[in-house]
Amino acid sequence: MDSAIRTHELRKVYHSAPPAAAGRPPASAPKRSKDAKPQITALDGIDLDVARGGIFGLLGPNGAGKSTTVGILTTRIRPTSGTAWVGGHDVWQDQTAAKRQIGVVAQRPNLDFSLTAREILQFHGAYFGLNSRERSQRATELLDRFKLTERADELVRGFSGGMMQRVSIARAMMHDPQVLFLDEPSVGLDPQTRLLLWEIIREYNQKGRTILLTTHNMEEADALCQRLAIIDHGRIIASGTPQDLKASIPGGFLLRMRFAQQLAPLLEKLGTLPGVTEVRSTGDSAVDLYASRGGALIPEIVSTAASYSIDLADVHISEPSLENLFLHHTGRSLRE
Amino acid sequence: MNGAAFLALLARDVHVARRNALQLLFQTFLQPLLFVFIFGRVMVGSGYMPPAYKSLLLPGIMAITMVFTGIWAVAMPLIAEFQWTREIEDRLLAPIEISWVAIEKVLAGLIQAMIAGLIVLPLGQLILRPGLEFNISPALFIVMVILVAAFSAAGGLALGCSMDQQHIGLMFSMVLTPMIFFGCTYYPWSALDKFPILQKIVLINPLAYASEGLRASVVPQFPHIPTGYVLLALAFFDGLLLAMGLRQFQKKAVG
Repeated sequence: MDSAIRTHELRKVYHSAPPAAAGRPPASAPKRSKDAKPQITALDGIDLDVARGGIFGLLGPNGAGKSTTVGILTTRIRPTSGTAWVGGHDVWQDQTAAKRQIGVVAQRPNLDFSLTAREILQFHGAYFGLNSRERSQRATELLDRFKLTERADELVRGFSGGMMQRVSIARAMMHDPQVLFLDEPSVGLDPQTRLLLWEIIREYNQKGRTILLTTHNMEEADALCQRLAIIDHGRIIASGTPQDLKASIPGGFLLRMRFAQQLAPLLEKLGTLPGVTEVRSTGDSAVDLYASRGGALIPEIVSTAASYSIDLADVHISEPSLENLFLHHTGRSLRE
Repeated sequence: MNGAAFLALLARDVHVARRNALQLLFQTFLQPLLFVFIFGRVMVGSGYMPPAYKSLLLPGIMAITMVFTGIWAVAMPLIAEFQWTREIEDRLLAPIEISWVAIEKVLAGLIQAMIAGLIVLPLGQLILRPGLEFNISPALFIVMVILVAAFSAAGGLALGCSMDQQHIGLMFSMVLTPMIFFGCTYYPWSALDKFPILQKIVLINPLAYASEGLRASVVPQFPHIPTGYVLLALAFFDGLLLAMGLRQFQKKAVG
């Protein structure tokens, strides 16, 4: 088997608010079951198959189920049903073997506040059986790589959020795990550090390691990931390479427009313009139009609207992007 | 079980305890020693208490010190680390079964409680000399110290995994304070002969067995609950609290 990570029909239903580590509660409305406990379905049948040696991204808005998926794969959240494998080990049958394979960066820094940055790395190495020479050597290397050497021997209590995040990532790499999980790794990082992180992730991947990261940042998903799964309301709504996914949007270009008023015949007429693949009404006077052309369409749209005596009030053109893909599948923006 | 990981977890706790040694020292010993001084020295010296009270008091103080230290050493870090900071996460991800992470905590607390007990006894002796009459039976003493330390650390696990940060104050005023006052610490169990109902009720308090057990092994000349019952009760509470604690720990650790 050449999967580094696999899940089958993963479901998670919370009977109370999900743990803070799993991010905000999912957007799906809590249902009341017979015993009057609120039930929140965080994952609703997730099937993943991540090839060894790839960088895989889970893209979705807050509360989509990304952190819960990572939690289940890293032994931190017990699934309601379904199976998860990491490196061929059933995570919930053989936790210790699974834990040996993985390094985890949680969404919120969870550093050991009683220790210094260097000690955090060294003790982490000790938990994984590195001998003391390996520990100090590897800790020094990582501290250097993450530009933490200067403050390596201070307690992390006083570190800024970005520094803590860097220590967390260094710690997860300390025992050189086969599979690295990064839950929203670049949240709270300044742009410069984000680029450093991307570089380090690519470098780590080039050693043949598998990386699974979650993000709600399309740019990051696009720049870093070889394959993506787009997740919303606990379901995977699309997956593939970033290029394939973007190519799958009808037309590619998205024109978001507002008219002074809206008429069904106008929408129909717009749909017949050359290059237009889909027209959707998204509100009182708002229209989303998917097309293979961008700006070149505007004159035709304006003149078509004028023939119905309607003014085009506003238009925004976006090129093929994952944001558009998400919008196309869910009708919502990732940022919402 | 992964021995290397277990030892590394223990090494981490020892390292942190060493870093906070001075604070731990004051926190552990100041109050009991002040108590020993006022009640054992001042009150006895001024004639309000009989001289024999010195010998009676010290094993009780030892029990309080050990129980407090063990509970504090296990419960407080757990409460904090399971809360907002989730500091414990890294240790939960160590390649070892989760229950062993909890057992390591208990072992670390047990060691701290034992050290505290074994220090407070000679320190108290220094303050109270002369007039102390100790008849320590070494084997029984060692067994008692281990059982009491285990009770305190397992109790710390059970409490630490069932409390939230905002309830720490409540834990002290509602659980630990009554436990200490009804724990036969400042008086022997036999002193309750005149309060038969209370004398029965305090038997549900594990600290009563801890105090009586240490009394039985340090000052056996005073009346105390029969040693066999004490050993049995302590072993029972050790097992019960450890089982409860491990269950709660699992619940807290896995979402």
